[in-house]
Amino acid sequence: MIRDYMGIINVCENESDIRSLTTNRPIASIPFAARYRVIDFILSNMVNAGIRNVGIFMESKSRSLVDHVGTGKPWDLNRKIDGLYMFHQSLTGIMTNDSKMFRNNMEYIYKSRSENVILASSYMINNMNLEDAVKYSEQSGADITVIYKPVSNADKDFMNCTTLNIDENSKITGVSKNIGIAKKANICAEIFIMKKEILIDLLYRNLQSGSDPTFNTTIYNNIKRYNIVGYAFDGYMACINSIHAYYKASMEMLNSKITNELFFKNGNIYTKIKDEPPTRYMKGSNVTNCLIADGCIIEGTVCDSLLSRYVKIEKGAEVKNCIILQNCRIGAGAKLSNVILDKNGIIDKNMELKGSTEFPLVIEKRGLVNI
Amino acid sequence: MIKKKIIALILAGGQGSRLKLLTKNVAKPAVAFGGKYRIIDFVLSNCSNSGIDTVGVLTQYKPQQLNLHIGIGAPWDLDRVHGGVQMLPPYQTEVGADWYKGTANAVFQNLKFCDEYDPDYILILSGDHIYKMDYSKMLEYHIEKDADATIAVIKVPIEEASRFGIMNTDENDRIVEFEEKPKNPKSDLASMGIYIFNYPKLKKYLIEDAKDPKSDYDFGKNIIPKMLNDNNKLFAYTFKDYWKDVGTIESLWEANMDLINQDIKTTLLDPSWPIYSQIMSRPPQFVGKNAQIENAIISEGCVINGQVSNSVIFPGVRIDENARVMNSIIMSDCVIGRNVIIDKAILSSNVTVKPNTVVGNSKDIALIDENVTIESNYIG
Repeated sequence: MIRDYMGIINVCENESDIRSLTTNRPIASIPFAARYRVIDFILSNMVNAGIRNVGIFMESKSRSLVDHVGTGKPWDLNRKIDGLYMFHQSLTGIMTNDSKMFRNNMEYIYKSRSENVILASSYMINNMNLEDAVKYSEQSGADITVIYKPVSNADKDFMNCTTLNIDENSKITGVSKNIGIAKKANICAEIFIMKKEILIDLLYRNLQSGSDPTFNTTIYNNIKRYNIVGYAFDGYMACINSIHAYYKASMEMLNSKITNELFFKNGNIYTKIKDEPPTRYMKGSNVTNCLIADGCIIEGTVCDSLLSRYVKIEKGAEVKNCIILQNCRIGAGAKLSNVILDKNGIIDKNMELKGSTEFPLVIEKRGLVNI
Repeated sequence: MIKKKIIALILAGGQGSRLKLLTKNVAKPAVAFGGKYRIIDFVLSNCSNSGIDTVGVLTQYKPQQLNLHIGIGAPWDLDRVHGGVQMLPPYQTEVGADWYKGTANAVFQNLKFCDEYDPDYILILSGDHIYKMDYSKMLEYHIEKDADATIAVIKVPIEEASRFGIMNTDENDRIVEFEEKPKNPKSDLASMGIYIFNYPKLKKYLIEDAKDPKSDYDFGKNIIPKMLNDNNKLFAYTFKDYWKDVGTIESLWEANMDLINQDIKTTLLDPSWPIYSQIMSRPPQFVGKNAQIENAIISEGCVINGQVSNSVIFPGVRIDENARVMNSIIMSDCVIGRNVIIDKAILSSNVTVKPNTVVGNSKDIALIDENVTIESNYIG
């Protein structure tokens, strides 16, 4: 268990390729793997490593995330000593990015009793042993440790992610963006381990530069000033930064080899408890190769799909290769394939909807209140 | 302490010996039920959903699991600044130490707890019944009738009435006679063991009862007849929905099966009256390529690759390829190997059934103890 570390989760993430799922929420609170939200993975990783002080910095559209994380109880972060801290974009002053938000809440960072920080994004899905990374970081004596995953499918996955050039001493020598040309790349997991004083120094430098880059960019801009090393992670990782990536990663959750790692390997993944009853399979239901949350009622046919909590599949409905999120109802006789149906969706009787693996059809969240 | 209009006491001290090895290590209210619950979750959730925020749980027989399960009551929203849930085991006083000698005596020994809240009304409940009930409506009825006590009753088939405490009422539902397990029942209204009393009145009767060395210190046998005898106003409150006393292996099995055979509206799945429990964070259930599931309820963390029908499957159960589970209750974290056939069995938690074995004979209920490994056929 690591001590003297605080966690900062920065959920100001680029949503430009995943807009239809983020009209009402940040990427961090997109439902994932039938039961979880994107942020559950990094939050659980931090808690499983022994971190007891986590700050979440979020931009607008925070309602869904605040509702999900709540007091932090499911992660055991509803603590008297340390615990969970949430920072929203303030109403006074126009904040343009995360660096400004950090600066505005500098007092939290100063006051924290921890001397070190693990700074992370939410949209990198993995089950990582952060203790090992911290040990590596402390032994290396580096100013900043960046966690990355060496991949050989960068021409297909991790599009637009940051890639790292690393020399033989694990030192970061350059940073670029994955535009899908090369197969091999070191994909930055956007987890940084550093002393608190370095974080604060970077924030001042960011202020001095006058141009206010995002905080990650600030780190990359200072690779010559600081000794920044890479720590390679070789487990499963997915980046939820586009509809395509979301759909692909979701379908990978039907592979038990991946889920055995992702749900258990270095500790459990925790999420909000909702007291839903067990899922009920009715007479005539036909379910194969699915990941299903509790609280569902299934009368129809479902295969190769993910169902979140409280989904109803009526008689004669056929659902294939779909991601059905919380509270949706698929009417009798409806046929859906390659569809991402966001929360509260209602599909009428006998309706047919079809997307493709490359271009899944996204039905946006149906608001319960129309204004 | 802040005054409360009503507080509830749940009697949860019983062993429930007719549940055999299911209550070997836990009190009856802590027995697992319905795919992810324990029996006491129903009465606790009823309290919470009815707006009752002060609840005492009277424990005696093997209370460790109950203490662990209920904790500070957070799952039921009963972790309160004023009130909340409190576990009430027997305790020692200056004059000695006594076990709870009966239902009435258990409450008598906790009058101090009750007095702290100075309640107008007190609700007495059993911790071992499966039902959903809005106690606030019963309290309204009690107040409207200006009763001294109100007893919830349910109609039972008259031929079974001699197994219950039977209320004989007049045309205004006022109870005129109470008969405990009568040979020739005059009515089909059975007591559900749910009472609302005017607290000061109950307190008086409990103090009197405690002084009587011949008393059984029991609500049904002593307190209710005594109150009737003194011409107090006792009313019957008829409950018309699902109610089940899960006192035996058979009734526990039936109550579980009711969950998968009932109309959806009347079951646990009705979200307007949620049942809360202490829930572990587990992944969603995974249903494999060759699985066949029909008429079953299944909980989180399960991995189902075999066939399941007419069964209740608790969290974290693994059912391997070609295994067939029928008419059964499989509790948490059991592992059912390939080609296993289970028909009409209750498997306690953490049971491993090795491949190619048969459990149960489809007629009698085969009951398997927790943590065992079944390596050869077990026909109940």
